[in-house]
Amino acid sequence: MKQLKAFGAFWYDFIVGDDWHVAALVVIGLGLTAILAHAAKVNAWWLLPIVAFAALAWSLHRATGFRK
Amino acid sequence: MATGITREWKSTFQGMAAALVVLAAITAAVGPAINDLPLTALRVVVGALLLIFGLQWLRKAVLRATGHKALHDEASAYLREVAAAEAATKESKRGVSDWYSFTLAFKGVLLEGLEVVFIVITFGDNQKNIGAAVIGAAAAIILVTLVGIAVKAPLTKVPENWMKFAVGVMLTSFGTFWGAEGAGVAWPGNDAALLVLVPVVALVGAACIFWLRSRKITGAAPAKQSEVVSS
Repeated sequence: MKQLKAFGAFWYDFIVGDDWHVAALVVIGLGLTAILAHAAKVNAWWLLPIVAFAALAWSLHRATGFRK
Repeated sequence: MATGITREWKSTFQGMAAALVVLAAITAAVGPAINDLPLTALRVVVGALLLIFGLQWLRKAVLRATGHKALHDEASAYLREVAAAEAATKESKRGVSDWYSFTLAFKGVLLEGLEVVFIVITFGDNQKNIGAAVIGAAAAIILVTLVGIAVKAPLTKVPENWMKFAVGVMLTSFGTFWGAEGAGVAWPGNDAALLVLVPVVALVGAACIFWLRSRKITGAAPAKQSEVVSS
């Protein structure tokens, strides 16, 4: 059980990393892109870069913990 | 190399050879299987993984460049590893005179090799040109070896954080490109879109560095302690 947990923790750390919000936003961005492309027939090539840049900025903002 | 210098060359080479055999077996088994997967699904999965990895790398590089995270000290890390290797007891096992050297070399070569295999197969398969990806990887190995011999300097001389920033930019760009393509969109200009995407991602990364530095100067509160001390 301990080894299984360590195995899971390794892969979580390897794939998700320090901030799980980034991974979640990437998955949401890909899902929205697929919905727009297939259901709404919109060639939303611009959506994923916007989501990626927003995820990076938001994660950096949270990590630096600035307070006015 | 570090294992051979600090411990024993024979067991190190045995570990390296065993890892190469395992690596070849894994590549032979997994390579064709990846090739058989539908390209769209492969692009979504690989794109998502590359994008998540890339954003992680960029995030860390930006935090380090702006002093919100301690720079990775390669010299002290090397000294720690050497001290650990020298302190470990010598144990003979299964025909190997120094089991510690064998396992250290085996793990190092296998893990790093798997990363290379993953990159070569996915990049090559996505572009339907595994041969070009293999040539690129081989050229990189030769170049790094030649530079190492020419410079004769340890990794501390390499501007590590900027290399990581560049890797983050490339992973983010390719991840965005393949992920979106796999999700069903067509990029304007097809593959040429990468020529725009890579500099745009680099500019956004640089803008993040500028943004955090300017916020720091305006006298905001310090970073969270966990971000400063963790590697």
